[in-house]
Amino acid sequence: MKAKVYVTLKAGVLDPQGKAIQHSVELLGYGGIADIRQGKYFEIALDDSIDQEHARAAAERMAREVLANPIIEDYRVEVEA
Amino acid sequence: MTSELITPEVVAAHNLTSIEYERIKQLLGREPTFVELGIFSVMWSEHCSYKSSKVHLRRLPTRNERVVVPPGENAGVVDVGDGWCAAFKVESHNHPSFIEPFQGAATGVGGILRDIFTMGARPVASMNSLRFGSLDHPQTGRRNRALLAGVVAGIAHYGNAFGVATVGGEVMFDDAYALNPLVNAFALGLVRHDQIFFGRASGVGNPVLYVGAKTGRDGIHGATMASAEFDDEALEKRPTVQVGDPFLEKLLLEACLEAMRSGAVAGIQDMGAAGLTSSSCEMAARAGTGIELDLTLVPQREQAMTAYEIMLSESQERMLIVAHKGRERQVVDIFKNWDLDAVVIGRVTDTGHVQVMHHEGTVADIPVNFLTDEAPVYERPMKSKTESGRQKDEDVAVGGGVDLISPAPPSAPVLESLARETDNEQQTTDNGQIDHNDALLQLLVAPNVASKEWVYRQYDHMVRTNTAVLPGADAAIVRIKETRRALAMCLDGNGRYCAADPRAGARLVVAEAARNVVCVGARPLAITNCLNFASPERPEVMWAFSETVDGMAEACRAFDTPVVSGNVSFYNETEGRGILPTPVIGMVGLVEDVRRVIQPGFKQEGDLIALLGTTNDDLSISEYAATVLGRTTEEMIERGRVPVLELQLEKAVQEVCLRGTEAGLLRSAHDCADGGLAVALAESCFSSLNRPAIGAGIELNGALAPPVQLFSESPSRIVVSFATEARAQLEEIAAELNCPFVVIGRVGDTSLRIAINGTLVIARDLNEIETVWRSALGQRLQTEALAAAAE
Amino acid sequence: MKFGVIVFPGSNCDHDAYHVISKHVGQPVSFIWHKETDLSGYDAIIIPGGFSYGDYLRAGALARFSPVMSSVREFAARGGFVLGICNGFQILCEAGLLPGALIRNRNLHFVCAHINVLVETTDTPFTNELTRGAVLRLPIAHAEGNYTCDDATLAELQREDRIVFRYCDDAGHITDKANPNGARDSIAGICNRARNVIGLMPHPERACEDLLGSSDGRGIFHSLTATLVHAQER
Repeated sequence: MKAKVYVTLKAGVLDPQGKAIQHSVELLGYGGIADIRQGKYFEIALDDSIDQEHARAAAERMAREVLANPIIEDYRVEVEA
Repeated sequence: MTSELITPEVVAAHNLTSIEYERIKQLLGREPTFVELGIFSVMWSEHCSYKSSKVHLRRLPTRNERVVVPPGENAGVVDVGDGWCAAFKVESHNHPSFIEPFQGAATGVGGILRDIFTMGARPVASMNSLRFGSLDHPQTGRRNRALLAGVVAGIAHYGNAFGVATVGGEVMFDDAYALNPLVNAFALGLVRHDQIFFGRASGVGNPVLYVGAKTGRDGIHGATMASAEFDDEALEKRPTVQVGDPFLEKLLLEACLEAMRSGAVAGIQDMGAAGLTSSSCEMAARAGTGIELDLTLVPQREQAMTAYEIMLSESQERMLIVAHKGRERQVVDIFKNWDLDAVVIGRVTDTGHVQVMHHEGTVADIPVNFLTDEAPVYERPMKSKTESGRQKDEDVAVGGGVDLISPAPPSAPVLESLARETDNEQQTTDNGQIDHNDALLQLLVAPNVASKEWVYRQYDHMVRTNTAVLPGADAAIVRIKETRRALAMCLDGNGRYCAADPRAGARLVVAEAARNVVCVGARPLAITNCLNFASPERPEVMWAFSETVDGMAEACRAFDTPVVSGNVSFYNETEGRGILPTPVIGMVGLVEDVRRVIQPGFKQEGDLIALLGTTNDDLSISEYAATVLGRTTEEMIERGRVPVLELQLEKAVQEVCLRGTEAGLLRSAHDCADGGLAVALAESCFSSLNRPAIGAGIELNGALAPPVQLFSESPSRIVVSFATEARAQLEEIAAELNCPFVVIGRVGDTSLRIAINGTLVIARDLNEIETVWRSALGQRLQTEALAAAAE
Repeated sequence: MKFGVIVFPGSNCDHDAYHVISKHVGQPVSFIWHKETDLSGYDAIIIPGGFSYGDYLRAGALARFSPVMSSVREFAARGGFVLGICNGFQILCEAGLLPGALIRNRNLHFVCAHINVLVETTDTPFTNELTRGAVLRLPIAHAEGNYTCDDATLAELQREDRIVFRYCDDAGHITDKANPNGARDSIAGICNRARNVIGLMPHPERACEDLLGSSDGRGIFHSLTATLVHAQER
């Protein structure tokens, strides 16, 4: 069982790294980019004995309490068998 | 024993020659196992064995009454008084930094810090000497900028998180380094005289502990890679670059120092290049013992690692500790408290062999001296520059006989031709005068002269609250908290001089380093060196190396600054093109009373400004020649003349500066270096912490052409300022020491004004030139810096 | 009175804080290892700068799970004085003891320099010996010092006079140029509602000796000491 957690900055929170990446990409000649926001991605390998529902609950909790800072970040959880 | 077949291809892949391989078989009296081949390959690599440099390095002075630990240990140690010692060393991380600038530079910092704290010393300062290709080069500029940005970000990442103050260094640019950037990292630590530790596996029966990070497959063959030339395949070697973890290293530092204090540690050694192999072999070799390791006990990060991989892994942040028998539990507990692995993986034996066990049984059993004493030593062929150069000059003695001390008279033709070209190439003002104002501005924004603030502001240079002279001065000063003393330190190199004349160049570099610590009020103590050269298999490179060693030895004797540690980095060449011979000197000086330090900046309106030393026509290899006249490095090296260093004069200049400082007479001192007197004066005017910018009015006289007076890079010169009342005393000191001392102007106003023989040749508003000088580097780097920081 | 300096794995300004308290403030001080939980006997706790847990998830994010932090929470709730410097400020925000968050500097770089801050309020135990409107020269050294919070929080901080320091120029003017990291409203330091917990990005412990370039940080430690003396006398 694998849980994937995506952590991104909340809309409206300044993302200097995203801005810098956008700038670099544009310098390489890619046009038409409205915005780049960067974030973090976590892969959490869980014991196979844990069912999907519990895995999701566990990952949600980890994301909420540790992986993301709710003041500045949002998160999204996916669970894969 | 492992069963991999050792073919000639396998031997070659280990960077061993067929002769070396035959020698291995002869020593062992049998074929080596695959693991043994790996062990020999790293222990006999240039990096670990110094096989090409050893015969020359013996000529360096390494001892005086202050030296506590000479070269041979992880770092050199000198006595700095009041029971304190300084452990320091500089080391290259050139190749890894070219392949992956961020991690390469970061792990370079990590490695040198471990070298310091294995001696029992807490690292208190670090510096870096960096060399890249030109930032403005039409083809390679972009890559050079990205390399610089990545290296600086990597150094900052590691040093800042570890918590060592990165207090200075140097950053230079020359196209000779475009394909071989140099990243030399220096660190200095403090240790009580009676608490120094050594990398020795002493005490038969003592347990051998593995501590720190777990072993992975990273960096396998890093040590042999570090000794191989770059080629297009180098980028494919990327997976072998190690990743550093400064957080883990900080824990390792605290745990190691605590373990040492506990009295349970008999010996300790960093697992740096060649990891477990070199640390175990070197510890046994130094103690004259043997060592027995069971690799199944080594903490591992990856699955199914072979004995070969475990022995050769260069995973970072690991140490080997020999504990006193029966006290291993204590060591384990200390490391556990810091959440670190500490595992007994072997013991010290009296066999004189390194014996390695893995699942399959004994995988290596080699007498330690085969790996160290019996390692090949080469007296590689040498060919002097004149022999191999285009013009054959029969009058010049070869390979050691050239007398470079006696000053050659400044050659008039050189001067005239320079002046002529200056007329031709430079913008002239309405009345036909050379626009020196413009030349000064060009120099101030040239990357080699411009402020390195963009670099050092990314380094935490104040952590541990010891930095009494911040980056930007001639040398940094770090106080020793428990005493009134402080240490000055700087890094210096000059590839152009050393390419034109390696012996004279090396002497000049040592002299400049000494002068730099003198300029902050410190007496030179000792040096560490990093000798960056191209392939030792090329006779002209080997000759330059040998000359460099002799020049350095001579200067170190003159200043009584022995070489206590260092590192040789060969094979800095790509596609057959080598770097300039670049010895980098790390000079450490002692300040008896930290309240007596001085800095470059002019302090007080009305103070007098004087020049210690004499200006000669030394423009032919200079920043002026490169930036204003557009000379290429090749042109400067071929046609230029290296300045003549008069050691007596140099010592006199330094002594006047020191006595003036110690007597509290001097208010500022600044070395005349890149860009010459005019740049030194401008830099002395610029603002610094708690000191606003302040102008100066200068009157120069004499027959030398204006560009020479302003921009010549003659050595042995220091710009000083002092109150009018101090003049007589200073003149007396200078006269006593036979040091040229000329008052050249006065501090005041908000501009820099320089007149030569009554004609005003430079008049610049300080605000304007300081702004461009400060921002020049950052402006060039904006894009690449953002990309590197976004990583 | 007794000071405690908390040591997390990766703290690296712990010795600096200790040095200042023992040498320049002249008060008893101990290191507190992050696994300890007993804070009785301490009058003030300093959470020092550094890179706790390598700052690997977010600056300060992992330190808040250390055992000592629940004790710090209780200590603060009882009215104990807590001073978070740099990484300590980040930890206090992550732990919810102070509002808002510290994100990557506007220019993305780690920045180490002497900057100026304006004393915005003297109504805290850490600034009551200072003068409102005074300019302090203090070093900063951080990559994630860009203070951010939502509009409601900012309004609350302003209304309750909880913005303690703001970045300013030499003359005390708040300008964008004088803001070294892009912090919202140029905020360099704030306090909690009870005013006994303060966090700031600049390092006052690096500015207690002229030898090091500034002694403007002393006022913060003097204020705290004076407050403690006063409290003991009462």
